[in-house]
Amino acid sequence: MVSPVFRRVSERAQLLLGIADDELILGWRDSEWTGIAPFLEEDVAFSSIAQNEIGHARALYELAARDLDTTADDLAFDREPDEYRCARLVELRLPSWEHTIARHVLYEQADAARLERLKASGDAEVAGLAAKIDREEVYHRLHAEMWFERLKDEPRFTAALDELRPLAEAVLDPSLRDGHTPELAELWDEMTSVRRSQPTGTTW
Amino acid sequence: MIYEVFRQERKGQAFQHAGSIEAPDERFAQWYAREQYGRRGESEALWVVARESIMRIEEFVDELNRNYHRVDGYPLKEKLKEARERAAARTQAST
Repeated sequence: MVSPVFRRVSERAQLLLGIADDELILGWRDSEWTGIAPFLEEDVAFSSIAQNEIGHARALYELAARDLDTTADDLAFDREPDEYRCARLVELRLPSWEHTIARHVLYEQADAARLERLKASGDAEVAGLAAKIDREEVYHRLHAEMWFERLKDEPRFTAALDELRPLAEAVLDPSLRDGHTPELAELWDEMTSVRRSQPTGTTW
Repeated sequence: MIYEVFRQERKGQAFQHAGSIEAPDERFAQWYAREQYGRRGESEALWVVARESIMRIEEFVDELNRNYHRVDGYPLKEKLKEARERAAARTQAST
């Protein structure tokens, strides 16, 4: 369901959608660990982080939705997969602990730098939301750092970091985002299947 | 390693044992404690202590049965019951 309004995306909305899409898709990937993490504390940790990420996505979509005269839900679920602006790094399904932690470390580093820039934005709404998000992200960063310290001498972990590092640049620099992995379409299909089972505009 | 978590419900209140956490080190223990016992703003503060740091005392020696050291060494319940009965009897008698 593609509306012409998406073709005239304002600069601010474009920026916000990129970050919102990152957080929504990464929130999904992080939530995949619920129940299957190597131990209970990390079941809870990744669920909690995922919940925060989707909350961030929601707040960012709300702001973008005002610019685009639509709703956060429309933006989150009613676009076609190739209209999402997320970085490839967050799309990957990584059922491997070392890869998941490697992505977590790389993403949080890039996201920290991104949020610093946004907090310095002249746009009060963007700067304010970035500050709010950043206060929660402190705990995500602590989590990534403590795992990095624990795994940094493990060859499987350092190999995973090397493998994923090239994809991290696009998190901070949206101009490097040049399309999606096939995994996004698969993920989108599952993510939107219940929503699409009813006509657009249905009240749930 | 096991860590015990104590939480303070409100400022000034005593810390109470809330549960335990398994973590590889202090850094992880603090993160998990915050997650399990502080995520919903339910605690004013937390104490997180390695279980092995806690000294447990369970044996108390009282070879000479010094009940006068203890609160229960002076059984008042019986004496109070007798006093009440005497008072009731006096009231009865004067009517």
